[in-house]
Amino acid sequence: MSSGRFLSFIITVLTVALVVIGTLFPTSSAIASAGSGTALLRPPSSPEVAVETLVEEISRRDWNAAYGSLANKNEFTEQEFMHDIVGAYPSLRSYAGLDGFDLHPLHASAQAAEVQVNLRWATVVGMFHDVRDLRVVRVGDQWQVVWPLIKEPIVPPQVIAVNYLRWDVIYRGPEDDWGAQDVESPHVRIVDMHPVDRGGGVVLLGEILNEDVVPAFVTVKATLLAKNGSAIDTEDAFDKMSHVLLPKQVSPFRIDFQNVRLSEVDSVRMNPSSSLVAASADPVIEIEDQKLTGLPEPSLTGKLVNQSGQIVNIAHVLTTFYDTTGQPIWVSDGYADRALLPATPVPFATSLPADLSSRVGSYRVVASTYSSSRFQ
Amino acid sequence: MKRRSTFVLAIWVYAMVAAHPVAQTAPLEWPKKTEAGSAFSVSTAGSGNAVLYIVGPGQVLRHDVHLEEKILLAAGELHNAGHYTAFLVGPSSTQTAEFDVTAQQPSTLSFLAKPSRLPVDLHGGISGVAYAFDAFRNLVLTPTEVSFELSENGSAGQRRSAVTQNGVAWVRLDSAPKSGAAQFQARVGDVTERRVVQQVPAEPCTLRMSARRSGTRVELETEPLRDCRGNAVPDGTIVTFIERNDGTESTVDVPLKHGVARTNLPANSGATISVATGVVMGNEIRWQQ
Repeated sequence: MSSGRFLSFIITVLTVALVVIGTLFPTSSAIASAGSGTALLRPPSSPEVAVETLVEEISRRDWNAAYGSLANKNEFTEQEFMHDIVGAYPSLRSYAGLDGFDLHPLHASAQAAEVQVNLRWATVVGMFHDVRDLRVVRVGDQWQVVWPLIKEPIVPPQVIAVNYLRWDVIYRGPEDDWGAQDVESPHVRIVDMHPVDRGGGVVLLGEILNEDVVPAFVTVKATLLAKNGSAIDTEDAFDKMSHVLLPKQVSPFRIDFQNVRLSEVDSVRMNPSSSLVAASADPVIEIEDQKLTGLPEPSLTGKLVNQSGQIVNIAHVLTTFYDTTGQPIWVSDGYADRALLPATPVPFATSLPADLSSRVGSYRVVASTYSSSRFQ
Repeated sequence: MKRRSTFVLAIWVYAMVAAHPVAQTAPLEWPKKTEAGSAFSVSTAGSGNAVLYIVGPGQVLRHDVHLEEKILLAAGELHNAGHYTAFLVGPSSTQTAEFDVTAQQPSTLSFLAKPSRLPVDLHGGISGVAYAFDAFRNLVLTPTEVSFELSENGSAGQRRSAVTQNGVAWVRLDSAPKSGAAQFQARVGDVTERRVVQQVPAEPCTLRMSARRSGTRVELETEPLRDCRGNAVPDGTIVTFIERNDGTESTVDVPLKHGVARTNLPANSGATISVATGVVMGNEIRWQQ
């Protein structure tokens, strides 16, 4: 009985102690959750603290407080500042949450400092990074951030004539005779398929062509078969392919099998499927200045340019890397974090495993887009 | 469910007939063959009341009859084609007859035309299969000539005839060299069924583009794309333009509109611009300022 009382006493004391510690020294996430504003934040007594405070305010989307703390707020409006962070048009940024950040002091003096901040934004399609070099200046006894505003380009008012091309499909009706034909599914063909042993698993790389004259919604499923004919595993190319293919369009695909060794695999059963889909031939996306950057972090970078008049909210980029014989050696993807405005370049990057960078002979980039009113 | 209850009823009828106390079966005068849905009558002999059972595919009938009077079966009463058995269960004997109900003349066609879309100029690429049915959806097993016709834009096309075997007739036809929606028709007497077969252009035969300066950009335009039979490749077909310059690349996938693909790329002196669609490569241009 006495030991029970002692235990409850210990728990009570520990609880009180933790509450006191949490109140006096709150973590940044606790402050954000509490929504207590800047009251609990430390005063910006150093460049790092000033940047941290600003990032916390951005994380809470407290635009008023963040804008108010800037040293150069007279150079732009609060709305322009907000658009710089989350985009003026709906895009990946609009629905992203700040997952974390890193600070790297670059330079410091008594009156000014430079701090590099790497903002890690979490989205439904993965993480994207926003790296900014911030100048921090001393104002009185406090430090304030000079925000390097990237202004969202403004498309001048104009009329862009676009001849929209669209396919409509009349399907078989429920009252039709059993002999009445239905519209044929699009004919698609896997033009290349190559299994590789990679990272403790098997990766299938390939390309699929819509050889029909109608748009197709395609999926590629693969089953690895053992020597005795039994199925080892079945996977499909979920986001590592472009699912809507216009006539004669080619998409790469990558299918990852975890924890399977290539030596266990006797054959692969590929199952491409296609169905007719209402689609639009627009918008047209130009992929400009594609360039391969080497080690230590090899990637393919470039710019997406929307050649149509329609705003593209989300653009998905798929890159196929080939060796010198034309064999695909990797497929990777990436997203543009900002909306694509007409004729306005937006940078993108797709990564490549470091050990493959020396084998790349050529590459091919395709982009698929999502507009709030239409999917292509 | 209906078939099951019919089957149970048929079993019951057989059981009733077999269990009749003075069951003495004798042949019943009945026409050996009759057409589905047609009315007919059968003479009976003897006196008194009797019960007529007719058991056939998916159908069991029961009629109370007076012997000496004619049994009348109304039009449409026996409508399923197949082999039937009739039992006339009288007070002292049971008479039986076996007969066939055959399908009427074809009144509907089920026409399967495959595929609904195919490239032009494909030998034996189109198949047409026709099933002839009468008004009661009985498959007409009597050999019947079915004529098939594949025509484009009202012009005279390919015609073939085939005689049904076990109710089915089929043909294989070639797709036309000219693209367009072909009308594929199957006909038996006055009965016609029509399908649409889309004959689409084959792979582009040649792909050529031209380039001209437009400010800081180079404007690229293909010649109208045609297959080797001269059919215009349909709009929406993707044409890929690739510009390679000093280690960088610019690409754009452009859909054909009004038969041509048109785009613009940065005008970099010394750049090589190529064009492709699907697996067909086009010409290459070396751009000089």
